[in-house]
Amino acid sequence: MRVVIAEDLALLRDGLIRLLEAHDFEVLEAVDNGPSLLRALTEHRPDVAVVDVRLPPTFTDEGLRAALEARAAVPGLPVLVLSQYVEQLYARELLADRSGGVGYLLKDRVFNVGQFVDAVRQVAAGGTAMDPEVVGQLLSRRSAADEPIGTLTPREREVLALMAEGRSNAAIGARMFITEKAVSKHTNSIFTRLGLPPSEDDNRRVLAVLAYLNS
Amino acid sequence: MRQELLNRLRLLLWAGAATGLAVASLVLFVLTLAGFPLVLVWIGLPMVFGGIVAVRPIGNVHRRYAGALLGRELGSPYLRPVPGNLLVRLRALLADPATWRDLAWLTVNATVGLALSLMAIVEAILDLLFWWLPAGVLIRVHAYLACALLAPNDRTTLAQRVQQLTESRAETVDTSAAELRRIERDLHDGAQARLVALGMSLGMAEEQLARDPDAVRALLAEARETSSQALTELRDLVRGIHPPVLADRGLVGAVQALCLASPIPIAVQADVPQRLPAPVESAAYFAVAETVTNVIKHSGATAAEVRLEHRDGALHLQVSDNGTGGADPARGTGLRGIERRLGAFDGTLAVQSPPGGPTVAAMVLPCALSSPRTSPSCGTG
Repeated sequence: MRVVIAEDLALLRDGLIRLLEAHDFEVLEAVDNGPSLLRALTEHRPDVAVVDVRLPPTFTDEGLRAALEARAAVPGLPVLVLSQYVEQLYARELLADRSGGVGYLLKDRVFNVGQFVDAVRQVAAGGTAMDPEVVGQLLSRRSAADEPIGTLTPREREVLALMAEGRSNAAIGARMFITEKAVSKHTNSIFTRLGLPPSEDDNRRVLAVLAYLNS
Repeated sequence: MRQELLNRLRLLLWAGAATGLAVASLVLFVLTLAGFPLVLVWIGLPMVFGGIVAVRPIGNVHRRYAGALLGRELGSPYLRPVPGNLLVRLRALLADPATWRDLAWLTVNATVGLALSLMAIVEAILDLLFWWLPAGVLIRVHAYLACALLAPNDRTTLAQRVQQLTESRAETVDTSAAELRRIERDLHDGAQARLVALGMSLGMAEEQLARDPDAVRALLAEARETSSQALTELRDLVRGIHPPVLADRGLVGAVQALCLASPIPIAVQADVPQRLPAPVESAAYFAVAETVTNVIKHSGATAAEVRLEHRDGALHLQVSDNGTGGADPARGTGLRGIERRLGAFDGTLAVQSPPGGPTVAAMVLPCALSSPRTSPSCGTG
């Protein structure tokens, strides 16, 4: 799997390269600023990009902007954004084109190597991987009874939260100590309650996450 | 006709009252004047102190009456009293330029004022007899005299401004020192301690590598967990100092992010054309954040709105909610904290919160860092 990395701290950049190469990713290029990132993404068109939010030259949200710009030029280009902090504002911007293939995680999620690599693969496959911190905020906010999210049972919310974090049904089952079959029962009922008609399964997972990000 | 008669009666009354006050002025003047040399034998101390304190109500009565007669608002020129013993207070009083103008007024009122008000009594009686004559000429002269000597002038306004700035600077310094202490404590008790624990776990893992791989695995997992916690704490700390989104997106973006993360829906309306100076952005953000926190915690509101607007050289912030109301800036320490934060920039906070709601907190923050606030109050007198 071909990947482009953008991170301005050399130590972290080398760490990410080492980590991804150890898991059979091919690192096409590792850049350290916004303009090079935009160039690298449009030139290489990687299977997935791992991008830091704050990059030179402005040291603000340069990386995020470059990623959004690249996605405008190359629709559906999978981007996983890593950041020292997570903001719903940025999560919404990433998901605004509703096409999936985006992720937004705290940098320290990298510590759990297995989960991090899974998230990169999910995003590359067109899924979403939102940080539990963002998901948690969303679920506490969308609890009003008049919203469709409010009608979910606590168990279903838990499933939805894990789904938003980019886990597969098998991973969700393992995490919640239930069978995969039970998980798919929950997901189906979530889709019904959110008014998402059956189509291709993967798409509906993204839409379920989008549904409450955009409601 | 009837109204005019009442007016002239009122002038007579005031002329009488002014005469009384002028006589009091004379007595005070003599006492205070005698008090100055007697300070050497201590007895003069209370005399001077009493004199310059007692002249203030007399001055205030004249200020009010002259203001009403001449159609002007004469503000108070005095500095706020300082706490302390008699000597400290006397020194502060003597350093107040308004005190010396008061004493000048006392001198004039005890002599010219007395003569004027006595003649004004005669004039007022004549006015009552010959009611077609223009009335209250001398009273007006008296009022102009009072206005010239008692209204705040550049010196007293400047002194007031200096006092206000000194106080807000002291508060700002105190606040930032307290903030630094808090950051130091948080780092010391939080992230630093966790990094030590992390190093210990790694050290033990290194030692046990050959003997007990299972224990090493557990230690490494523990180390990873500890480093995550340290990062979480650092992140929270950074947010408290200067939220990253504020640095990235400026005030409007940061407030939008704040409202998105709130448990109740908060609408944001913003009209701020460009980035503001960083200290203003920071003060404005924390003022809004604290107000929003108050709304969420105390108001019981189900919806709120934040407006940000830059106009007339000032940033106008407004946070309104549909809660139960009853917020009082005099009681709430949170609101007092916001006032202090804004005070450093000459900003103000006004809270309207009738019981039963709704609550509207309006904040104004001048964006120019220095804002001259000296307004002329008593032209040429």
